[in-house]
Amino acid sequence: MFMIGAVGVLARRNAIIVFMSIELMLNSANLTLVAFSAFLGDSTGQALVFFVMTVAAAEAAVGLAIVIALFRRKRTVNLNEINILKW
Amino acid sequence: MIAIIPLIVLFPLAGFLFLGLLGPRLKNEKLIGAIGSGTVGLSFLVAVGIFLQMLSLDPEQRKQVVELFPWLSTFTGSTGSLSVSVAYQVDQLSILMALIVTGVGFLIHVYSIGYMHGDRGFWRFFAYMNLFIFAMLNLVLADNFLVMFLGWEGVGLCSYLLIGFWYEKKFTGDAALKAFVLNRIGDLGFILGMLLVFATFGSLRFDTVFSAASVLSPGRTTIVWITLLLFVGATGKSAQIPLYVWLPDAMAGPTPVSALIHAATMVTAGVYMVARCSILYALAPVSMEVVATVGVITAIFAASIGLVQNDIKKVLAYSTISQLGYMFLAMGVAAFSAGIFHLMTHAFFKALLFLGSGAVIHAMHDEQDIQKMGGLRRYLPVTYWTFVIGAVAIAGIPPFAGFFSKDEILWKAFSSEYGSWALWIVGALGAALTAFYMGRLVFLTFEGKERFGHDTHPHEAPKSMTVPLVILAVLSAFGGLFGVPKSLLGSNAVEHWLGPVFDPAYHKLLMGEHDIVWTEYLLMVLSVAIAAGGIYAAWTVYLKRTGIAEAWSARFSRLYRALLNKYYVDEAYDAAVVTPIVKISDEYLWKGVDMVVIDGTVNGSAKGVSALASIVRRVQTGVAQSYAVVFVGGIVLLVTWLLLQSH
Repeated sequence: MFMIGAVGVLARRNAIIVFMSIELMLNSANLTLVAFSAFLGDSTGQALVFFVMTVAAAEAAVGLAIVIALFRRKRTVNLNEINILKW
Repeated sequence: MIAIIPLIVLFPLAGFLFLGLLGPRLKNEKLIGAIGSGTVGLSFLVAVGIFLQMLSLDPEQRKQVVELFPWLSTFTGSTGSLSVSVAYQVDQLSILMALIVTGVGFLIHVYSIGYMHGDRGFWRFFAYMNLFIFAMLNLVLADNFLVMFLGWEGVGLCSYLLIGFWYEKKFTGDAALKAFVLNRIGDLGFILGMLLVFATFGSLRFDTVFSAASVLSPGRTTIVWITLLLFVGATGKSAQIPLYVWLPDAMAGPTPVSALIHAATMVTAGVYMVARCSILYALAPVSMEVVATVGVITAIFAASIGLVQNDIKKVLAYSTISQLGYMFLAMGVAAFSAGIFHLMTHAFFKALLFLGSGAVIHAMHDEQDIQKMGGLRRYLPVTYWTFVIGAVAIAGIPPFAGFFSKDEILWKAFSSEYGSWALWIVGALGAALTAFYMGRLVFLTFEGKERFGHDTHPHEAPKSMTVPLVILAVLSAFGGLFGVPKSLLGSNAVEHWLGPVFDPAYHKLLMGEHDIVWTEYLLMVLSVAIAAGGIYAAWTVYLKRTGIAEAWSARFSRLYRALLNKYYVDEAYDAAVVTPIVKISDEYLWKGVDMVVIDGTVNGSAKGVSALASIVRRVQTGVAQSYAVVFVGGIVLLVTWLLLQSH
């Protein structure tokens, strides 16, 4: 699941889809943590998941704010077209 | 006495600086002219004072050296250390030269006030002329080779500046450049000679070098090389074969420049140098032969060209080259004081002739072609009479100055142990040609029918120009009395005065006193006959039966054209030397080396970097995802490495 998310980040053009992929990566990490916590009977993993979800939420908010700022400037969410840093 | 010696040199320097810096502000021509001439006049007076003082001393005590300041110190090479000071040496020879330079120079400066009247660069002219006098005095008063060379180069520079004075005309700039380049070629010889002197003797001071030389015996190859190299420098500066070609072109400069620099003083620097180094030449009889031969060949060669020239100044220019040849002939047959004596008399009458020609040019409103003159005797009486005196003097008619000096040279060429009858014959032929072309010049310019238009009204020159002419005429007439030889019951004051300077050389050459022989009188009579004959021939050809000149130039047309075109020497140099050098510079050195190699390397390396960069910069896509790809790739590699490592 993580790899699917990673490929999505690298290969998709739409910025929203890239964010989705990032969330996918984070959720895959969450899933791994919960699964192993259940398997090993240790609740540390479940506690850590809480933190991860919080951070994911905050990061999603900030990221979407950046996308909106970018959209206002370039009128597109196509990442291939956002190349202001190009030589 | 010692204390005032530097003043001789410093007055013209002050004049140059003052006129050079403040000249444009001074609007009064008389003031500029007064300052310019005044400095030289003051130098002359100081020189006269020193001379008079020297007369009262014993001959052995007459040499004095004054050091101004050290210049170069202790350059340690394999031959020892070199220290040179700016120091001046006053002895019989250098004070005589200084008197000639400042005396004739003063008269020419005064003349220039009238001649250069109304010129836009009036102040610049006098500034340069003062600089020239300064450099020339450095040359003749130097006590070592390096200060002499400083003066040597300085007069070359001033020659360039003054020939190219009217720089708006292209030809003038070319002539100035030609003079400078040819001088430079000669200077290479001078520098090499100077270096050899240092390598051989360990010093550049005349005293040290000459006293060391006086204990050597003749025939050493180094000394031969030294003297020949120094003579190469002299051929450039004093316009002998092969480096004489700049002097006729130098006539593009104002006439006072031609009079001062290219007749009386700068061109005599080479003669002075040989005289100063007489002991070195005495040690190398081979070089003396070279000097005498080059001198006498130049003398007749230049005289032959002067026969047919139509520009009044060109005739005088070739005459100067020819007379310089006589001076070198004298040096080459060990008649050193005779050569210097001729230098002195030549300064008088050649300056006179040039200044006179300037008066003619002035009167004819810048016309210089003698074919368009004639009959000017009526209009320019003072110019006419002074010019005639100068012409008669140079032709060698007694009792005018030229007779005594030239005759002594010819006699010594015949009788000296280092002379020969062959040298005498060539010299005598040259004298015949001299008399002829001077006669031709006088008759075509001043006598006969007027060949100029009626709108030209020739008028006599102003006093500032005619008074120097008269003074120089007096000197040309009576200057010879300084050197009346013993055979004519004279005391030969010049030879007596210069004796101590040249005695070491005479000793080395084993020359003794000569008795008076009847051959001397015979040759003297022959000289006069030749001179008179030359003038009579010119009178016949140009005044009495005027058809002869045209008939001959038609019959011997190839020879005539060769002479008129100066034996095509300039064209030969152009083809053999100038054009190949220019071509090599253009084709190979400029287009080949400079443009392809040097520019190619510099521009090419820039282009290379540029090309490389244009490839590398494509990494920066600006798209965040491509950076992320690299990022992820790096993580993958890192993880792989860690996994492999732990196994």
